[in-house]
Amino acid sequence: MAISEKLDAFFSEKMKEYPTSRSFLVPMLLYSQDEIGYVSDEVIAHLAKKTGLTELEVRNVISYYSMLRTKPAGRYNVQVCTNISCQLRGADELFAHCKKKLGIGHKQTTPDGMFSLEEVECIGACSWAPAVQVNYDFHENLTPQKMDAVLENCRKKAKQ
Amino acid sequence: MADQKEVKNVSITVDGKQVTAPAGTLLIEACKTVGIEVPSFCYYPGLSLQAACRMCLVRIEKMPKLQTACTVPITDGMVVTTESDEVRQARKSMIELLLGNHPLDCPVCDAGGECELQDMTFKYGAAESRYMEGKLHKDEQQWSPVVYFDRPRCILCYRCVRVCGEGMDVWALGVQNRGSGSVIAPNRDDHLECEECGMCIDICPVGALTSGAYRYKTRPWEMNHIGTICTHCGDGCKTTLGVRRSDTGTDIVRGDNRDKSGINGDFLCIKGRYAFDYFDHPARLKQPLLRKNGQLVPVSWEEAVDHAGKRLREIRDSKGGQAIGVIGSNRTTNEENYLLQKFARTVLGTNNIDHHRTADFAGLARAIAGKENATATMRDVFTAPAILLIGNDPTEQHPLLAWNIRTNVRLNQAKLYLANANPIKLRRQATRFVQLAPGREGKLVSFLNGDDAAAGSLTNATVSNDVLKQFRDELRSQQNLIIIFGSELQGTDIAALVKFGAGLKAKFICLGDYANSRGAADMGVYPDLLPGYNAVASAVKFSEEWGPLPSAKGLSLTEMAQAARQGQLAALYLVGSNPIADYDFDPAAFRNTFIVAQELFLTETATLAEVVLPAASAYEKSGTFTNTCGDLQLLKKAGDITGVKTDFEIIVRVAERMGADIRKLVPFGGATRADMGQSRGAQSGEADRHAVWLAANGMEPRMSPFDPMAILDEIQRLVPGYEGSRLNLLAGNEQHVTAAEHSAAGPGDGLVQIVPSNDTLFTSGTLGRYSNTLNSVIENHRANPVDQEVMAD
Repeated sequence: MAISEKLDAFFSEKMKEYPTSRSFLVPMLLYSQDEIGYVSDEVIAHLAKKTGLTELEVRNVISYYSMLRTKPAGRYNVQVCTNISCQLRGADELFAHCKKKLGIGHKQTTPDGMFSLEEVECIGACSWAPAVQVNYDFHENLTPQKMDAVLENCRKKAKQ
Repeated sequence: MADQKEVKNVSITVDGKQVTAPAGTLLIEACKTVGIEVPSFCYYPGLSLQAACRMCLVRIEKMPKLQTACTVPITDGMVVTTESDEVRQARKSMIELLLGNHPLDCPVCDAGGECELQDMTFKYGAAESRYMEGKLHKDEQQWSPVVYFDRPRCILCYRCVRVCGEGMDVWALGVQNRGSGSVIAPNRDDHLECEECGMCIDICPVGALTSGAYRYKTRPWEMNHIGTICTHCGDGCKTTLGVRRSDTGTDIVRGDNRDKSGINGDFLCIKGRYAFDYFDHPARLKQPLLRKNGQLVPVSWEEAVDHAGKRLREIRDSKGGQAIGVIGSNRTTNEENYLLQKFARTVLGTNNIDHHRTADFAGLARAIAGKENATATMRDVFTAPAILLIGNDPTEQHPLLAWNIRTNVRLNQAKLYLANANPIKLRRQATRFVQLAPGREGKLVSFLNGDDAAAGSLTNATVSNDVLKQFRDELRSQQNLIIIFGSELQGTDIAALVKFGAGLKAKFICLGDYANSRGAADMGVYPDLLPGYNAVASAVKFSEEWGPLPSAKGLSLTEMAQAARQGQLAALYLVGSNPIADYDFDPAAFRNTFIVAQELFLTETATLAEVVLPAASAYEKSGTFTNTCGDLQLLKKAGDITGVKTDFEIIVRVAERMGADIRKLVPFGGATRADMGQSRGAQSGEADRHAVWLAANGMEPRMSPFDPMAILDEIQRLVPGYEGSRLNLLAGNEQHVTAAEHSAAGPGDGLVQIVPSNDTLFTSGTLGRYSNTLNSVIENHRANPVDQEVMAD
C-alpha cells in the first residue's frame, strides 16, 4: 500500500528544511503510518529511494521505534501502559482484562479488525495512572469497568 | 589531502609520557604513536566513529567522567591516564556486560585463539559473571555461500556494518531491532546480496561472522600462516594462506588478510580470500599424461619429460626454431616467464613466443620510455589528490584498485574523474563522470589533448560540450594526477594520453588482467621484445650473456595459430595458457602440431596436447609477481601437492633433455655456498633454520637449478628497473619496478592484439572454473537474482 500523492508532495517540500534528507525519515514514517495504518513494504522502498538510504537502513530505524509498525493494526489500537506508575495502580490487571475481553494477546488483532492490543512503556500519563492510549486518545484513571466503557464507545463510534 | 592547510602540533601527556601529534588526532591514535595501546572493539582506523563498545575508556584530567579515547580529539596540555585501577575496573565491567549474552563457546568457535574478546577477557579478567538471567540465543544462520552468522557471539561493535557500507560501498549489513535486542541483519531478509568480499568476517573482533570455507575446519594455532600474493587478478594483494599437513602434502585451509602488511592494507576480495580452493579440485592434474594410440594416458615424469625433450629436439634440428611456437602464461612467476623466453630463444632457437595479452603494456612502455617516475604504485592510488580513470570496471576487475580509489575519495577527498562506456559503480565516488559511447575512449584522449573537433563524437544526451570542457579544464588544473586506463586504450592512444599527462606530472597505471600479466610483459614473453621491453633486433646485452639469438621478430599468438592452420607450426609449447578458449581458435588447426602443455587442469587446449605436464599453481611455489602497477612482490610456497612440479622445474628438465647446458640457462651455484645441514646428518629442522637465516640476510643458497632466485639474480642484473633491495623483497614488502620507463622497445608495428578477459568479481579464467566457492556464489546469485545496485548513503 502506498501513500497519497498529496502526502508525498508534502514530504518533498518539507524535506528541504532539514540539513540532510535522512533527518526527516522518522516524521515521514509516522505521517505514512497515520495515513495508511502501518508502514508497508512499498512505503519503505519509496522512502529509502527518497532519502538515498538502503531499505535495510530504513527497516533498521523502524525497528528501534515500537510505535512504528510494519503490519496493519486494528481500527482501534489499544495501548496499555504497564510501566511502573501504572503497574502500581493496577495496569497488569487492566491488561489481563483487555486480553480476556478482546480475546487477543500482545500485538494481536481481533478477527474483525476492530481492535488490536499492545502492552507499552510509559506514555507520560503517570499522574492519572493507570492509563491507556487508544490511537491518539488518552483514557486515564482506568478500572476494568471503565475500560469496558472505553471499548464499547469505540465500537459505537465505528458504527456511525 | 588535497587542500589541507598546515596543521599545528599539539602536545599531551599520556601515562607520564609526552606525546606530540597534529591537532585533531584522536586520543586513541595519539597513544599508539608512543606504544600505548588502548583497547577497543568498535573503533577501527579509517571507518567512522561509533563509540559503541566503551572499552577505550580513559581518565582525562579535569573531565568529570571517564572518556572514550576513540572519539576525543587531543587538545593542548591534556593529561591522560590509560591504566589505573579505576580504568581497569571500568573495562572489566564492560567485558562483564559483553559476556552477559556471549555463549563462551570458545572451544568450538573459529575465532578461538585469535579473538579480541578472548584476549581482553584474559587481560581484564571478567570471566566470572554475576548475571543470573538466561542468555539470548539464536541459531546460526547462513547468509551466503561464504558468510555465516552466529548471533550469540556478536558484541555489536558495528565494524562489519561500517566496512561493508563505507569501505565497500555495498551497504548490505544493518542493525535490526535496535535496543536490547539489537541484531546484525543482512539486506535481504535471511540472506546477503553483496560482493561476497568477506571483509565483514575479517574485521569481526569475535567469531560472530565466520567463513563458509573455513568454519569448524581447524584451529588457528594448528596452521602455519604463509603470506603470499594472490593468484587471481592483477592487483597483487597479499593473502595469508593457513596451511596444514595432509596425506597428500600440505593443504590450504583458509585465506585471509591476517597481518594487513601487504599493499592491500585492510582489503581482500572474495578471490583472495576463498578462491584458493581450485588447488585440490578433483580435476587437478597430478600425473603427467602422454598420448598413446590417440589417448592421453598417465606416465612417469621421466617418460613424459624425455618424450617432450626428444621430440622438440628433433623438430628444432630438422625444421628449425621458426617451426616451434611458445605461449607463456599470465599466472606464472617472473622467473618462470623469464626462463621460458630464454628457453625459447636460446634452446628452441625461436622468437615465436607470446602470451594472452590483456592490456597493452608494451604500448605503455613505448610511450613512457626514458621518463622518470612515470608509473604509479598501488599505494599511490590510496593517497593521490586526483585520479583519472578511463575504461575498465575496477569494482569487478580490480577490486583492490577500486577499494583504494573509494577510500582515498572518502578519507582524503581525492577527486575522481571517470570516463567510461558504462555507468560503472565507481561513478558514485566520481567528481565528474562522462559516459562515452563504447570505443570512443581514444577520442576522449584526443579531446583532452586539445582536439576540440573530437568532442563531436563524444557528446550525447548527458554529456554536453560544456561538460566535456569542464572535465578537461579541471584535469588540466591538477598536479600529481594518477591516470589509470584499461584495455580500451592501446598503442597510439596511450602515447597521446602520456602526452596529455606530461604537463601534469601525471603517473600512469595500465590495467591488465590476471596475477602476473605485467610480469609476462616485463619479462619479454613477446615475439618482438626481450626482457625489459628491449627490441629483439638490438639485443646486444642479452646475446653477450646468452650467446647468439634469433634477431628476426617472431610470430605473435594469432600468427602462430595461422601458421598451424597452414601446417607450418610443427610444435607448440604451452605454459599455463588456454588459447583455444581465450581466442576461440579452431582446435582442428592444431591437429598436425606437436603440443606440450604445462597445466593445472585439462583445459580445452591441453586436451589437444601430446604431452601434458602437471604444474604447480602459484600457491605451491616461490618466485616473484609484478602487479599491474609494477609492484614487485615475493611469492612464498604455501600448499604442496604430490605429483606436480613448478613450471620452472619442468622447463629446466625439458631443456636438459634437449641437451641444453643447464648452467647457462639457470646460473645456479655461483653464489653463496652453504652448508644446509647435510654434513651434520639428518637432524630435522637444521636445514630449515639455516635457510631462514640465509633468507633473512638476503643470501639464498641458489644451489639447485630449480631455484628461481638464481634467475632473479640474472633478471636484476639484465633488466633495468628491476634492481632494488632483495632484502626488502624477502621481508615481504613490495618494490616498485620501472622496466617500462627503461624500455628500449623501438617503434611498435601498430598491430596490437589485446583480448581482455572480462572477468567479474566471481570469475577468474581457468582457475575460477575450478573454484567451488566462486561457482557456488555464481549459482547463488543466479538463484537469487540481484536487482539494481543499492543506493549509497
